[in-house]
Amino acid sequence: MPDTTEVKINPVTGTLIREGVPSIMNPDDKGGLEFALQLKDQYGAHVTVITMGLPQAEAILREALAMGVDRAILLTDRKLGGADTLATSSAIAGALRTMDFDLVITGRQAIDGDTAQVGPQIAEHLDLPQVSYMEDLKYDEATKTFTIRKQLEDGYQILEMQAPCVVTALASAVKPRYMSVSGIVTAWDKEVEVWGADRINVPEDRIGKAGSPTSVFKAFPKQLKPAGETFEVTPEEAVELIVNKLKEKHII
Amino acid sequence: MDFSFTKQEELFLQMIREFAEKEVKPLAAEVDEEERFPMETVEKMAKIGLMGIPIPTQYGGAGGTNIMYGMAVEELSRVCATTGVILSAHTSLCAAPILESGTEEQKMKYLPKLASGEWIGAFGLTEPNAGTDAAGQQTIAVEDGDYWVLNGSKIFITNGSYANVFIIIAMTDKSLGTKGISAFIVEKTDPGFSIGKKEKKMGIRGSATTELIFEDCRIPKDRQIGQLGKGFNLAMKTLDGGRIGIACQALGIAQGAMDETVKYTKERKQFGKSISQFQNTQFQMADLETKVQAARLLCRKAHYNKDHGLPYSAEAAMAKLFAAETAMEVTTKAVQFHGGYGYTREYPVERMMRDAKITEIYEGTSEVQRMVIAGKLFK
Repeated sequence: MPDTTEVKINPVTGTLIREGVPSIMNPDDKGGLEFALQLKDQYGAHVTVITMGLPQAEAILREALAMGVDRAILLTDRKLGGADTLATSSAIAGALRTMDFDLVITGRQAIDGDTAQVGPQIAEHLDLPQVSYMEDLKYDEATKTFTIRKQLEDGYQILEMQAPCVVTALASAVKPRYMSVSGIVTAWDKEVEVWGADRINVPEDRIGKAGSPTSVFKAFPKQLKPAGETFEVTPEEAVELIVNKLKEKHII
Repeated sequence: MDFSFTKQEELFLQMIREFAEKEVKPLAAEVDEEERFPMETVEKMAKIGLMGIPIPTQYGGAGGTNIMYGMAVEELSRVCATTGVILSAHTSLCAAPILESGTEEQKMKYLPKLASGEWIGAFGLTEPNAGTDAAGQQTIAVEDGDYWVLNGSKIFITNGSYANVFIIIAMTDKSLGTKGISAFIVEKTDPGFSIGKKEKKMGIRGSATTELIFEDCRIPKDRQIGQLGKGFNLAMKTLDGGRIGIACQALGIAQGAMDETVKYTKERKQFGKSISQFQNTQFQMADLETKVQAARLLCRKAHYNKDHGLPYSAEAAMAKLFAAETAMEVTTKAVQFHGGYGYTREYPVERMMRDAKITEIYEGTSEVQRMVIAGKLFK
């Protein structure tokens, strides 16, 4: 993931200028990884991390290995290129169908697209129950049940799900651990499995550009807002002022 | 010749920078102001394996390189020199001599505890009357059946009141001079051992610098480390390694002051423009940046030699001499660039200038480093 706090958009082509922008692990994914590693610490869960991307995405998987994951898979193939969220989720769901798992954790959303669609789409492809916007997770080994706190705009819900299931995690919910020194030293002793499109058994019209119904009409940098107006008034005057401004803008 | 990092070192640098920025920097001013040992930081460092970076995995360490360890001391010191020296004394002055000179039993007993950070390490050589002339040891160790009995005191001991295990240098046969000096492992709980007064210092104020007191301190025979009568050599070899750690600390302080000064001189406006736009600022800063980079290369070369089993005594002395004097120059000028604000505790360069001074003094003064370098030159 390019660090989008440093990325710029080419005003002519409308595409991201990725050159010279450092790659970072997507923050929500890092949060999700921390939840997974906590399940490993507490219940001995076996944690596999999968990403789909260019070959250089291996660097981020090494980081995940240094944080303590057991297995790392990089899904990379020209046939998978140009994928929108639907084609991405089809490919990842295809990879997941070949594996045994109790829980799939994805980040809520990626910092470049901010769609928050891939996680929920994976759940739909696999026909599994899902909870998005997870901010806390508990597991009951006896019943194989996850108790999940889901963030809402004005509060939260507590939901229970039976394994296997899918959750999407929030970066703000958890503080991800640092890579350990020994994890870093041994991160290249483990294999990053490289999977091509042939490993996932998904029809070619469901992956890559062919499987992507989305087309980006236009991308543009956000314009700076003009400076706001400042009024020094009493609280009583402020109420009237604010109400009038809102009326002016037809908000109320 | 290859100046590039390994993939592991690159990833390590990414991690330690983030750790220093998020976990260490926010506490630096408070630790200094309150003269408080940052135990919570040490616990966080222990959790991710920073207390045992170059210790081999069979002794519970991370199995990393000394280059990585040097990076850690540098990056921690860049934001907090106190935290840098805690790690340096622990690793270079306590774990390293046990690793390099200890018996297999001593390594198995102490290294896993030190590497995991369960125990903190320290080193005692300096005495009130044995500073640069370290051969004038007055602490004595006498054999008594299955025990050694230690009497005397050590001063200026980094990590003193927080350490669990100490490498202690003492005279075992005064008639033999430096050949009558031996080294011992002392534990905090040993009978007759106690911590004396804590120093009030100019800089690195969060590190616990204390006196150690031995009053008929009885330790088992198997605590003697290295060959009997070779303790002076063990101490000098330990300091050779320690000096690279302190060189990295000085380098970190210098880099931290550069970071602050670049930021400040770009923001600060006088006579209608940023002071970074004045050629005086640019030329002085260019000279300082060159010295900082040169210091870094000396530090890395010394650790490279240590990692590759090459001699590093003179390299360590040069790295420490140059990095320490660079740190003092950079921080002094950093305060000057900050003007009146730089003299206040509102800006970190005031602390950095106080912290830098000790790097010209401990683990061998700059004069001692010149003696070591000249000794090699004129041998």
